[in-house]
Amino acid sequence: MKILVCISKTPDTTAKIAFTDNNRKFGTEGIQWILNPYDEWYALVRAIEIKEKDPSAIIHLVTVGGADCDQVIRKALALGGEEAIRINTEPTDSFFVASQIASVAKEGNYDLIMTGKETIDFNGASVGGMLAALLGMPFVSLAAKLELEGTTATLIREIEGGEETVEVKLPLVVGCQKGMAEQRIPNMKGIMGARSKPLKVVESHPTESLTEVISFELPPAKKGVKMISSDNPEELVKLLHEEAKVI
Amino acid sequence: MSVLIFIDHTEGQIKKTSLEALSYGAALGKSMGVPAEGILLGTVGEDLSTLGKYGIQKIHQVSSESLNQLDSEQFIRIISTVAASSGATVIVLSHTNTGRAIAPGLSAQLKAGLVTGATSLPDLTHGFQVKKNVFSGKAFCTVAIKTPLKIISLNPNTYPVVVGEGTAEIISENIALTPSATQIKSVSMVSGEIPLTEAEIVVSGGRGMKGPENWGPLEELAKLLHAATACSRPVADAGWRPHHEHVGQTGIAIAPNLYIAIGISGAIQHLAGVNRSKVIVVINKDPEAPFFKSADYGMVGDAFEILPKLIAAVKKLKGVA
Ligand SMILES: Cc1cc2nc3c(=O)[nH]c(=O)nc-3n(C[C@H](O)[C@H](O)[C@H](O)COP(=O)(O)OP(=O)(O)OC[C@H]3O[C@@H](n4cnc5c(N)ncnc54)[C@H](O)[C@@H]3O)c2cc1C
Ligand SMILES: Nc1ncnc2c1ncn2[C@@H]1O[C@H](COP(=O)(O)O)[C@@H](O)[C@H]1O
Repeated sequence: MKILVCISKTPDTTAKIAFTDNNRKFGTEGIQWILNPYDEWYALVRAIEIKEKDPSAIIHLVTVGGADCDQVIRKALALGGEEAIRINTEPTDSFFVASQIASVAKEGNYDLIMTGKETIDFNGASVGGMLAALLGMPFVSLAAKLELEGTTATLIREIEGGEETVEVKLPLVVGCQKGMAEQRIPNMKGIMGARSKPLKVVESHPTESLTEVISFELPPAKKGVKMISSDNPEELVKLLHEEAKVI
Repeated sequence: MSVLIFIDHTEGQIKKTSLEALSYGAALGKSMGVPAEGILLGTVGEDLSTLGKYGIQKIHQVSSESLNQLDSEQFIRIISTVAASSGATVIVLSHTNTGRAIAPGLSAQLKAGLVTGATSLPDLTHGFQVKKNVFSGKAFCTVAIKTPLKIISLNPNTYPVVVGEGTAEIISENIALTPSATQIKSVSMVSGEIPLTEAEIVVSGGRGMKGPENWGPLEELAKLLHAATACSRPVADAGWRPHHEHVGQTGIAIAPNLYIAIGISGAIQHLAGVNRSKVIVVINKDPEAPFFKSADYGMVGDAFEILPKLIAAVKKLKGVA
């Protein structure tokens, strides 16, 4: 069983969101990077659980990005995984990222490829499904459970208004979300061990991107809050009905 | 050339998000000077030709009952085929669980640039630029699609349903179905609840609600307002409420017309998922709670005292005894 977990870095969730270069770029100054929570809490931890049950399983991590990703890659390796591969190029769009990962995935012959449901910065929710299409593998999006029995995977995925239980033969790409696993904190042994695990840096291959970021903007500021006395919920209801016109 | 809009349905009913997508696609078709057409997989309980009132001329239908469940591989195959045969230049879907399952695969297969979570109509003055939600609601990004065929998935509750007049011609597509690698074993629907991403009003509770046993009044208020219920992350983590109610940066991002937050402090990760709500009401006993800074209306006090009075006031407005 060979598992590839796709990880990406994202600004810490409390980071101040600001833009530079005429609002064309995200301002990275002073930003703390973390592992994208869906990749860490669900995809990676579930992969580790699979390996705990089947010690012969091999976990590789892959990220598309520059050297500024190395710190979060080490953090991921502290949780688990045998080695990490960094495809050394700045991600331009989801299709570009998926194509880069596809070339590594083809070489590695993975049985199971796990991604997060989405990145919490670009919110693409795209890389997993694109990767599956590029590799000709099935894709199960929004998976909240994954069980393996030999080469058959049984998954629960969220659909509109409910959930679907599906069965599919490996190889497979899974987009992981809440329910898959529980968040873990790396222990000292893991942190120490991560330092000696291989982090391979590979060059990217030329790929087009299908889209291009033009500019960013922040939402308009709120006008300020109107406080209403807690003795007077009728006033609140009246304002919601007559002023805001939302009820 | 045309705009092809994917029409989603569950339990025989067309999703409201799809009516938004139809209205959006029709408006886009108009500004591009091309017809807007729908595509529906499976069967629904209503006369499809009436969907013409949302501004579409044709609906391509593959009316096999097996397509009433989400079979993403099959869906991608069929939509690709119909997009090619109908000469679509833009495909529009909703950024829902269904859209997330199929849009990326479509994009890679068709080499069509994809923008997910679009929040407004494309700007056609400099190429084809679409605004989308990024940083989980903390910002927007304008993205240019560079390919001839383009795919947009529209964020729920960001584009109004526009009703006009007209009937759509139904074109029954004869496309052979091939079995998918992913086999559906069972489906379980959460019935009777308003889906969170579709709800126009959301009533949400945080740790200030103290325990799952106290959710009664919150649910009653939600019911009165035809609202969905939501919660903060620690509430879902503690198992007080189901996981699918968790909103925020690592939960669901929503944009209802009204968000009522009760006993939620307003941490930045929570705000990220809800601050696109048009109107925010915060009820919190701590006047210093950060949430008040992002609210439109606020009330300082004990939720357990305020809720019954608020419910009574809403009942009075609605004329319910
Ligand atoms: C990486 C990361 C991701 C995260 N993602 C999310 C996310 O997606 N969504 C999310 O919600 N959180 C998220 N969090 C957690 C977030 O930081 C906060 O801890 C969480 O939102 C707090 O939940 P709360 O407001 O319910 O609880 P608290 O912060 O404990 O606030 C409870 C509030 O209730 C008020 N209160 C208490 N009693 C009463 C009463 N009787 N009447 C009225 N008010 C009362 C208190 O004054 C207080 O303001 C994330 C955190 C991290 C680190
Ligand atoms: N630069 C990247 N390198 C590796 N994996 C990535 C990268 N960007 C996104 N992914 C993976 O794809 C998932 C979905 O990302 P996105 O489509 O950007 O929302 C993430 O949760 C990651 O698992």
